Amino acid sequence: MAFKFPSDEWVKEFASQLNASEAYAKSAEDWEGDFIFISEPDKVSSETRYLFVGLNHGKCTDAAEVASENEREAAFVIRAPYSNWRKVIEGKLDPIQGMMTRKLKLKGDMTKILRYPKAAKELVNCVSRVPTDFGD
Amino acid sequence: MWNFVSPRIVFGEGALEVLDELEGRRALIVTDATLVQLGLVDRVKAHLDSAGIEVHIFDEVEPDPSVQTVQRGAKVALELAPDWIVGLGGGSPMDAAKAIWVLYEHPDMEPAAINPIGDLVLRRKARLITITTTSGTGAEVTWGIVLTDTEGQRKMGLGHPENKADIAIVDPEMAAGMPPQLTADTGLDALTHAVEGYTCTWQTDLTDGLCLSAARLVFQYLPRAVTDGSDMEARERMHNAATCAGLGFGNAMASMAHAMGHTLGAVFHVPHGRAVALFLPYTIEFGAGEEPERFAEMAAFIGCSNEGGKKAAQALAGFIRDLCQKVGNPTKVVEAGIEREAYEAQVDKMVDDAFNDTQIITAVRSPSYEQLRQLFLYAYDGQPIDF
Repeated sequence: MAFKFPSDEWVKEFASQLNASEAYAKSAEDWEGDFIFISEPDKVSSETRYLFVGLNHGKCTDAAEVASENEREAAFVIRAPYSNWRKVIEGKLDPIQGMMTRKLKLKGDMTKILRYPKAAKELVNCVSRVPTDFGD
Repeated sequence: MWNFVSPRIVFGEGALEVLDELEGRRALIVTDATLVQLGLVDRVKAHLDSAGIEVHIFDEVEPDPSVQTVQRGAKVALELAPDWIVGLGGGSPMDAAKAIWVLYEHPDMEPAAINPIGDLVLRRKARLITITTTSGTGAEVTWGIVLTDTEGQRKMGLGHPENKADIAIVDPEMAAGMPPQLTADTGLDALTHAVEGYTCTWQTDLTDGLCLSAARLVFQYLPRAVTDGSDMEARERMHNAATCAGLGFGNAMASMAHAMGHTLGAVFHVPHGRAVALFLPYTIEFGAGEEPERFAEMAAFIGCSNEGGKKAAQALAGFIRDLCQKVGNPTKVVEAGIEREAYEAQVDKMVDDAFNDTQIITAVRSPSYEQLRQLFLYAYDGQPIDF
């Protein structure tokens, strides 16, 4: 079964993949900081959607689609057009490279993220394991 | 979208003379005590004097400069208010100069907060000149800054594209006095930049040619420069190779050998170039296990193998080990003078630190914890990677 991106079902499956990943657990064992990922409208999608992912000490503590950026408090907010998120999910855009080239725009402490490159990589590995329906 | 960032590069014999026409009031030279003793600082000062620029010297930069050192340097800069910062030396003084410049422009900033995202805003107080006295680091043209966290015994990769130099001076006469060991260590650093810049996942069409050219120059000229330091043709070509490799990897990325080498250097104080080049063949063999093509292309270009695929990649690894041996450098950790017991006691820390080094994210084949641990252990005894 594929999960439509972005959606509550999709982000909950992402959370399951994270919690099943030993590599993520190890690489993020002292990580503290929740994320809101914002998918913005572009040529392909006309909606703005918000996905909350709670991350604490190598585990995903909560995951849900939320109504706005302000519904939950998060240390990190990353926004990007839908098509750029798709590239990340498909492994065509490294998220750190994406932030450096402003394809992904970060609000939060970038230096903290740069101290956890392995965790970032494992997050992407977990994302890639979510069977994703892009509505093509 | 991606950017190619480069300073104005003045290179070749006599390049230092560009300083004679520099406009400004006051320069702060950031360097180390050895370069003062060797008279290289005086040579630069003489040119700045002739341009009518008041010169001050901060010569406290140690190998693998610490956060505390650059904070001291920034304090000196704030007191002197220079309009030029001049980073003179190898990678350590040039990286320190970049960090001192950033902190001079932004006194409230913590060094660890210098990161590539957003706008940094520099050049309101000063501009930066880099003058390289070694042929390897590439720091004269890159924006990366490596500082050492002395408490955590780890190196921190920092920097922002804006903190690249305004002018990079690549004058081979400034490197002519390098002793053979330093020539070998720094030259192998240039080779590692070239190989990793070409084979990492962030490589681009604009960086490929620079990396290939640099690698070929190192194979051709490094043994000559090590054997006979007065061979100025070899010195000049190695100086150019290092800058080409710097532009190449600096606009792409380094990779796994750097992540591993940084940790070895931080824990056991192995010089940077020696450490990264030692690990390079192992990381090539590991990467080629799944993605051999880019390594094979480089092997063909430098003329070590036309077989393609994994065999060519392995030939490249062998070619690099041969070069290391030819210039008297270690090809396994035990040859770097590190005791097995001490090394094994630190392996888990080195694995953790390598995974937290930004360079590792560009590896063509991403290792697991156990694989990276095995890479460190295989490299101790010089066992080729078979997994």
